[in-house]
Amino acid sequence: MNERLKGIIENIGLPRLLIASFLLLLFIIAPFVGVRVDTSINDVIARFAMNGILVLSLFPMIKSGCGLNFGLQLGVIAGLLGAVISLEMKVTGFAGFVLAIIISIVFAIIFGYLYGLLLNKVKGEEMVVATYVGFSAVSFMSIMWLLLPFKNPDMIWAYGGEGLRTTISTEGYWHHILNDFLSFQIGSHITIPTGALLFFALLCLIVWAFFRTKAGTAMEAVGSNPDYARSCGIDVDRVRIQSVIFSTIIAALGILVYQQSFGFIQLYNAPLMMAFPAIAAILLGGASVTKVKMWNVLLGALLFQGILTMTPSVINNLIKSDMSETIRIIISNGMIVYALTRRMKVRS
Amino acid sequence: MKDKFLLRMENVSKDFYGNTVLKNVNLNVKPGEIVGLVGENGAGKSTLMKIIFGSSEIYETGGYNGKIIFAGEEVNFRSSFDALQAGIGMVHQEFVLIPGYSATENILLNTEPTRPNILAEVFDERVNTLDWPEMKKRAKEAIGLLEVDLDPDMLVKEMPVGHRQFTEIAREINRESTKLLIMDEPTAVLTESEADVVLKVIKKIASMGIAVIFISHRLKEILTVCDYIVVLRDGEIQKELRPAETNEREIAEYMVGKDLGEKSGVNREKREFNETILKIENLWVDMPGEQVNGISLEVKKGEILGIGGLTGQGKLGIANGIMGLYPAEGRVIFKGEELPLNNTREILNRGLAFVSEDRRGIGLLLDQPLNWNIAFTAMQVKGEYLKNYLGGLIKWRDDEAISQLAREYIERLNIKCFSERQYARELSGGNQQKVCLAKAFALNPEVLFVSEPTRGIDIGAKKLVLDTLRLYNREYGTTIIITSSELEELRTISDRIAIINEGKIAGILPPTADRVEFGLLMLGKMETGEGVLNE
Repeated sequence: MNERLKGIIENIGLPRLLIASFLLLLFIIAPFVGVRVDTSINDVIARFAMNGILVLSLFPMIKSGCGLNFGLQLGVIAGLLGAVISLEMKVTGFAGFVLAIIISIVFAIIFGYLYGLLLNKVKGEEMVVATYVGFSAVSFMSIMWLLLPFKNPDMIWAYGGEGLRTTISTEGYWHHILNDFLSFQIGSHITIPTGALLFFALLCLIVWAFFRTKAGTAMEAVGSNPDYARSCGIDVDRVRIQSVIFSTIIAALGILVYQQSFGFIQLYNAPLMMAFPAIAAILLGGASVTKVKMWNVLLGALLFQGILTMTPSVINNLIKSDMSETIRIIISNGMIVYALTRRMKVRS
Repeated sequence: MKDKFLLRMENVSKDFYGNTVLKNVNLNVKPGEIVGLVGENGAGKSTLMKIIFGSSEIYETGGYNGKIIFAGEEVNFRSSFDALQAGIGMVHQEFVLIPGYSATENILLNTEPTRPNILAEVFDERVNTLDWPEMKKRAKEAIGLLEVDLDPDMLVKEMPVGHRQFTEIAREINRESTKLLIMDEPTAVLTESEADVVLKVIKKIASMGIAVIFISHRLKEILTVCDYIVVLRDGEIQKELRPAETNEREIAEYMVGKDLGEKSGVNREKREFNETILKIENLWVDMPGEQVNGISLEVKKGEILGIGGLTGQGKLGIANGIMGLYPAEGRVIFKGEELPLNNTREILNRGLAFVSEDRRGIGLLLDQPLNWNIAFTAMQVKGEYLKNYLGGLIKWRDDEAISQLAREYIERLNIKCFSERQYARELSGGNQQKVCLAKAFALNPEVLFVSEPTRGIDIGAKKLVLDTLRLYNREYGTTIIITSSELEELRTISDRIAIINEGKIAGILPPTADRVEFGLLMLGKMETGEGVLNE
């Protein structure tokens, strides 16, 4: 019995078990501090659909041995460019969203290729370099958002008539375009964002299927042992670049889904810290720097978003002060530190 | 009582975890004497030197048995610092120098003459000022003793290799206490003229009363410079010889041992091969530590060709170079067509395969299941074990076929595992090697390179691996080129054996040739003299 219990804990992993119990505890406490459980569940589902794809975007790069994509912001920027260009062209509704996706993918391929070239030059130090790539790209784009010649009055500063605003509403273009697709109600307070969930599921399926193809198998082998892959005649650098492009494209799609759900396109410094919550989520889900499975993505996104939703409402009501941000930072950064130290242990 | 010997070793033995590497070694060295130490790889030379130089590795693995008396006192060094203190110096094969420092700084590192200053009054003498003029003077003295042309101000990284070697030697003799100098293959990386200077320097050092233990694979050097020669084999001293009374042949004989005759399992089967399948012309490979310097070789279809030689002479570079894992130049003609060098994929496509000597590093995906390990190359190179959808647009992995293949090889090669889903990391060395072989076999290669197939696996598994290779060769007619450090292994399986020395082919012998002939070739004696071609 004891052995079996140990086995179960080992399989799920202690951190996941702790976080899951904590989440469960929050749900149990919620009604007693005046927080509705059904609205909480609604929030968790909505956030899961919103953020899941960003978490998924880390998957290919972990598989190919490029580590955690701390430069996720590059994909986000590609998505932002797609979004603002689509708005600039004033294409609304579903067509607008598809246009945004297409433009984003084009940028993501270009950015991903260049980013991949760079990461190939710094093998073994990818994550450190990626962090700075992400930060500098965001800062560079902060200048560009002001300078690029966008004209749509919905997007530019009302005064001066130049430069994009920090937040741009997607209202009237493709607000909730996925969330509302086939959405339905459960009870009075739970709305299922069917379209967004389906889109997320579709991307998961594509990624899962890709890693069952010849090319995907090669990518996984490159991540497992690049020397082995090379001796089998695989161009390791090319495969790594492919994985980076793949990750960047998914991240671009991820931010588009995020925006249509959130209702706003956030520019300037908003993407700066985007990488950390996604990374924390996938680590929480049980992935490591070198290993990841699809259930890590799903479970991680769910647990992490669950904690993010529940802590502000429940804890704040409990202790009557705003702790949510602090707890979020402790969990996300703590998870990252935990995962990185675990990697060290394996190496030594 | 004054001892006439500087160093006396009495019955020194050493084992690593029950694995005996030195047995009852007795060695006596007089001051000013040059002792040459000769032996094959793994004969125990480096362990012996580590014991004398007090390497902490020896102490940490349980020390040694027997007695060492140095300068009249019994010693038992715990670290190299103790040995240095006692007056033993060492010149390493790989230079232990600081590249960004000048010759002077390297020679006097940590023994610099200093002058006191105010800070030293307050703290201690560690903050004394370096006495540069005095340092230069002492460096010049040390260099002068060697009678070589070495600029004391030159940075080590800008020096030619020969000068780096001189810097190392100068550093050792600068220490006034040095009484015994161990030189581990100091000429290995030098050109002939540079080596000659080093030999002169060694004689000079000896004339100053410092004893020298000189290790080299070049018998000529040993014969010219040494006062006497000690031959080690399998951890035992085989013979002590005087250069005047011996020759290279005799040394080689003691080094490789006498032939075991009929019992040894040497391959005596005479097979005829006519068709040339692989023609290597002037192949150069830039593989660190295993450089190949222009090899030409013809491989016959259906034969097993052995490639032997001492470590670091370039035998491993041949397969690695042809397969494109290290940069190579030259021409390799396979079935009449020239192979594109440095293009692993294309070479695999043409029907060559490779089992690497670096099993865990290159040969396996340690964290993936066996079925992946076995099928991966065939899947990537030949497009097998895939299911095609949408007219071949999507190539999906056929996991069932992959497992099927893996189960087949697990059974055929008798790989011990729970199932084909087990991770490669969890297997023993011998079974991992079989997985590597299965991976190569799955490609159905026409030419198979196998490097060090039995390194680090136990005797039973060794035999299995060799039998598998032989069987595969007989059954499918696959041409096998096997590279190994173990001569006996090559002799049991090969039809011909090429010996590599200093990146070149020293000679090709039938497996039935005398061991001594192989030994001579390994030591770089190129002439195929009397008897070499006798069978």
